[in-house]
Amino acid sequence: MAKGKVVLKLDDDISTDIIYPGRYMATVLPTETPQFAFADDAEFNQALNEKQFAAGSFIVAGDNFGCGSSREQAASCIKGYNLIVVARNFARIFLQNSINVGLQMIICPGIEAEEGDELEVRDDKVWNLTSGRSFAIEPLPKARQAIIDAGGLIPFARQLLLERGAKPV
Amino acid sequence: MGMTYVQKLIARACGMTAVETGDVLELPVHLAMSHENAALVINQFNEIYRDTGREAQVWDPDRIAIIFDHRVPAESAKTATNHKKTRGFVTQQGIQKFHDVRGDVGGICHQILPENGYVRPGQVLVGTDSHTTTHGALGAFAFGIGATEMAAVWALGSILNVEVPGTIKVVVNGEFPDGVYAKDLILHLVGLLTAEGANFRVIEFHGDTIRNLPTSSRLVLCNMSVEAGATGGVVPPDEETRRYLRDEAGVQDELDLFAPDADAVYDRVVEIDAAQLEPQIACPHTVDNVKPIGEVKGKKVDQIVVGSCTNGRLDDIEIVARTLKGKHVAEGTRMLVFPASWRIYSDALNAGYLGDLIAAGAVVCNPGCGPCLGIHQGALGDNETALATTNRNFKGRMGNPGAEVFLCSPMVAATSALTGVISDPREVN
Repeated sequence: MAKGKVVLKLDDDISTDIIYPGRYMATVLPTETPQFAFADDAEFNQALNEKQFAAGSFIVAGDNFGCGSSREQAASCIKGYNLIVVARNFARIFLQNSINVGLQMIICPGIEAEEGDELEVRDDKVWNLTSGRSFAIEPLPKARQAIIDAGGLIPFARQLLLERGAKPV
Repeated sequence: MGMTYVQKLIARACGMTAVETGDVLELPVHLAMSHENAALVINQFNEIYRDTGREAQVWDPDRIAIIFDHRVPAESAKTATNHKKTRGFVTQQGIQKFHDVRGDVGGICHQILPENGYVRPGQVLVGTDSHTTTHGALGAFAFGIGATEMAAVWALGSILNVEVPGTIKVVVNGEFPDGVYAKDLILHLVGLLTAEGANFRVIEFHGDTIRNLPTSSRLVLCNMSVEAGATGGVVPPDEETRRYLRDEAGVQDELDLFAPDADAVYDRVVEIDAAQLEPQIACPHTVDNVKPIGEVKGKKVDQIVVGSCTNGRLDDIEIVARTLKGKHVAEGTRMLVFPASWRIYSDALNAGYLGDLIAAGAVVCNPGCGPCLGIHQGALGDNETALATTNRNFKGRMGNPGAEVFLCSPMVAATSALTGVISDPREVN
């Protein structure tokens, strides 16, 4: 399973305006959104664009990560760098968007980690290798896991469409 | 076991006799709304059909609404090109509920849907906008979704994997004191519940105060329910719902008005005495950072913004125009007014409100979302302060992470425009 460094530590109630500022919303394609990830945090945005972080690095956040707007760019821009988001919990639309676009996110109600800590995801837990502590992962409902297992909502919906014929039943 | 309003709505939509909180269901969709992000939905929709050997055809063009409102008229070549692509798709698919950049039919999606009679009690209504919760004011189960989710709705006609939400019952009784409005009630409630207090739940509004509110005010309550994290806000439909749909939205067909069961089980019940409320201010940088106005008054304001899907309706503009008539916006303060639709703009023009606002020094802009989320006009300078009737005050929301946004009612905005500082209407007017 995944192992990597915490590259960004965030507080509670991180809004999609912080993750993907509204002024970049005219950019929609998942291939183009990563350049504006966390654009108002110039330093972190620059580090992302310079590809300073290995795929599988972690963003750690508190409660209600991704609150606010339904903009899917907020999920696709993080997905573009293959970062993993670990939060105490997520706002509803962001959670579903992450599942749909294939952004790896982990609900970990007790997570404690700081920037630079090494994390590993193993045995339904997030292990903080730096502090030596582990924190239980809250599993996703089966129906949502099925979308992740299919590789996101596009292949999942494509399969359903083919099963059901051109028109819905 | 009794069902709450939305549980009952879901059961009816699925042809089931009962559902329980936590059940995971595929819901048929009665109306699917998108705005500029239709450009992304179209892309994802075409992806779903890729290599299927089938023609990409939406399940029902009459159940799709597309409204341009976030960047109108287009502020950049990129937006203009997105608009153009979307127009092409609308024509190709035969989508009739399309509201282009036009003075006769245009406006903000969350006003266009109600005023054109697209929203009905009992509907499952999804929109690629978090403030889709607005339409619960007319008895729909209305909630925001992402663009890829919407692409699947366009293909399948249903929304997958909806967990039946639990419900928080909010009972409001008593009369608002002078200077207090629906906006103060919802700001107070968001402060009480916190930004995540209603996550994955629906807020169901009850009580004499709610029954006596016009639809325009109920729209404010349901609009901002999402700021407490709620999946939806809902006012069980009543005679006011019927009046609005018949008289203001021109709906002729039969209406399905129903109520939650008397023995419905709620996750939580919150009771509020409207008579005890004061004007409320949401302070930077979260919407749940709500304080009574007394704790914030006197704060210098650089820009006042009146409008948005929350408070850009005719009664809002009327309050502001009446307060400013014959007076002037304070020196050193800018005031922008964005009506929620062109119908409202025209009505406000005919009633003389826009003339009064302009004479007072306000800048009346075309209907749209722009300044609320800092994407089209009205951006803030470094270290500036805005006071707005909009719905969010997140860091960077109005286009500048170095600025601060305070949220308030139209009455507080108007009063503060006269003084140039956050001012209590009960003391000034």
